[in-house]
Amino acid sequence: MFLDFFLLLKEEGLPVSIGEYLNLLEALNKRVTRFNVEEFYFLSKTILIKHEQFLDRYDLLFGNYFHGVELSDADKKEIPKDWLQKEIDRFFSEEEKAMIEKMGGLDKLMERLQQLLEEQKEKHQGGNKWIGTGGTSPFGNGGFNPEGINIGGDGGGRSAVKVWEKRQFQNYSSDVELNTRNIKLALKRLRILTREGIEDELDLHTTIEKTSRNGGYLEIEMHPAKKNRVKVLLFFDVGGSMDPYVELCEQLFSAAKSELKHLEFFYFHNCVYESIWKDNNMRYNDRIPTFDILHKFNQDYRVIFVGDATMSPYELTALGGSVEHYNDETGIAWLQRFVTKFPNTVWLNPSNEYYWDGTPTVKVIKEVFKDRMFPMTLDGLANAMKTLKGKKIIH
Amino acid sequence: MNQEFKGTENYIATEELQIAVNAAIALEKPLLIKGEPGTGKTLLAFEVAKALNKPMFTWHIKSTTQAQQGLYEYDAVARLRDSQFGDEKVNDISHYIMKGKMWQAFENEEQAVLLIDEIDKADIEFPNDLLLELDKMEFYCYELQKTIKAKTRPIVIITSNNEKELPDAFLRRCFFHYIRFPERPTMIDIIDVHFPHLEEELMEEALKVFYGIRDIHGIKKKPSTSELIDWIRLLKLGKNTKEDLQKIDYLTTQPPYFGSLLKNEQDYEHINKVKRAGQNTMRRF
Repeated sequence: MFLDFFLLLKEEGLPVSIGEYLNLLEALNKRVTRFNVEEFYFLSKTILIKHEQFLDRYDLLFGNYFHGVELSDADKKEIPKDWLQKEIDRFFSEEEKAMIEKMGGLDKLMERLQQLLEEQKEKHQGGNKWIGTGGTSPFGNGGFNPEGINIGGDGGGRSAVKVWEKRQFQNYSSDVELNTRNIKLALKRLRILTREGIEDELDLHTTIEKTSRNGGYLEIEMHPAKKNRVKVLLFFDVGGSMDPYVELCEQLFSAAKSELKHLEFFYFHNCVYESIWKDNNMRYNDRIPTFDILHKFNQDYRVIFVGDATMSPYELTALGGSVEHYNDETGIAWLQRFVTKFPNTVWLNPSNEYYWDGTPTVKVIKEVFKDRMFPMTLDGLANAMKTLKGKKIIH
Repeated sequence: MNQEFKGTENYIATEELQIAVNAAIALEKPLLIKGEPGTGKTLLAFEVAKALNKPMFTWHIKSTTQAQQGLYEYDAVARLRDSQFGDEKVNDISHYIMKGKMWQAFENEEQAVLLIDEIDKADIEFPNDLLLELDKMEFYCYELQKTIKAKTRPIVIITSNNEKELPDAFLRRCFFHYIRFPERPTMIDIIDVHFPHLEEELMEEALKVFYGIRDIHGIKKKPSTSELIDWIRLLKLGKNTKEDLQKIDYLTTQPPYFGSLLKNEQDYEHINKVKRAGQNTMRRF
């Protein structure tokens, strides 16, 4: 009986499945809740929605779909008179109250309300979409808002504004963390397992070997557990043409930060020159010489550049080509230094791969990076991680 | 339905939460609880166990926890060692199987409450490794060559702090409830439960300070229910009065025991800055 509602949720892009719908029916069948709309709202929310990100959308859809359900029930019940009287005292001026009296008093008014409800019922099948007040009715006149009526519910001091209409989950709809799971899974490919640290795992192979040498007398050998100790340097292009990709970069950054234990990150604008920075608020005051970075981190580090590689060609090839300052060396020379120093380096490009060939600087950088430029799609990311893993480095 | 959860004398459960818990119990589904830190997610499981008078099993998840550890662990080293001394125990492998929390809960004669606490702390694949176990409430023990099946399906409550996203397949098997930060009336109920004889005026002032701090935009770690309760406890111990709280302006007078409300040193500076800015605008007009 709620199939239409379920299909509506599906249509509006909420991730609901048939299994969950069946669960809901089962719960109703088992009488988990009494039959009132508010409890049904709580129940259906807990069963159908699995992430706070979707709660707001659910509240909206629920509100739309079940709008007026409580009102349409009302034609079977009597409207509590004193309640209506209280509302009238609150909403209507003396003048208007006099007008109500003229129309036959409260009883007449209620009759008219019932009548309206009936009419609505005839117009919309099932009567579960009672919308608006109808401009001609005496109810619209004094700002008497049917949305505030909680006729079908059990009253009892509960607020008349329905819970789902408060839309308390609005804020949760935009959270950077939300879509990072896929990115994290892709980053997981970049695993370099090494044994370092405390010896806390039984080394089965050596134990067997030593025990046999010992003539069957047990000699236990331990070794450290395998852990992911990949070290990564992350360089983000910020500002200008990168602005459309801010969200994507934030997601990548948030995923990388939680997945990679040894992560250092830096920012640059368009191309790396003699200095970069770690904090965008301090970019003009607190810069780090690029040479320091090249010297500080050894070649074990995997290096990822994130940028659209789209700029004026001079920024790459000319002395003084930078848009921000005079550079003594070309951008290419600096990029080349990274590629030479770190054998495992990739460039992630958030722009559409389709346009790469049409952008000269993309082509140049791709060449410098020996074709190791990947689009920032899940496939691209997976391939980039595979490439980064690369061969073992022998010191 | 025979048993219904309605909160306990120490735990205020909103109607919404009660329905979620009761639906999960009735349909024998795990219930995933999320919400701001300090809104009583973990406490919920304990209170459900207490209210329904059921035994409780708690499995705390850490970053190194493996799904297998919740089922059982096989201590090969102990067995190897015992074999050296010709211990009779060695012939029976079951002596070396250490039951995990899930096994213990499954095995319990009466229905138990199983809390899987902070599932998001584990490896990103962790929830996927528990799909079948939570769905069918059974698992296979290779060493013993037998399937362990729950005698009565436990009530499973899972908490998450959202540090990692949980996989869809896992979510589909759970019911979900997000504990919202309590609104004023609920908060007053909660404080009542903890401090039955608190002066109304002191509570009023304390709540004013508390919500005032929460409403300041840009605070990194907003104080939560549990912090409010700790703070009120301190206020009571220190015999603070409502007059003490009314003097607070965050510039010259800080709230007493401020450290129990704010846990991030940057937030102190932030509040100070906001208040000073507020004062300056006042002066200008």
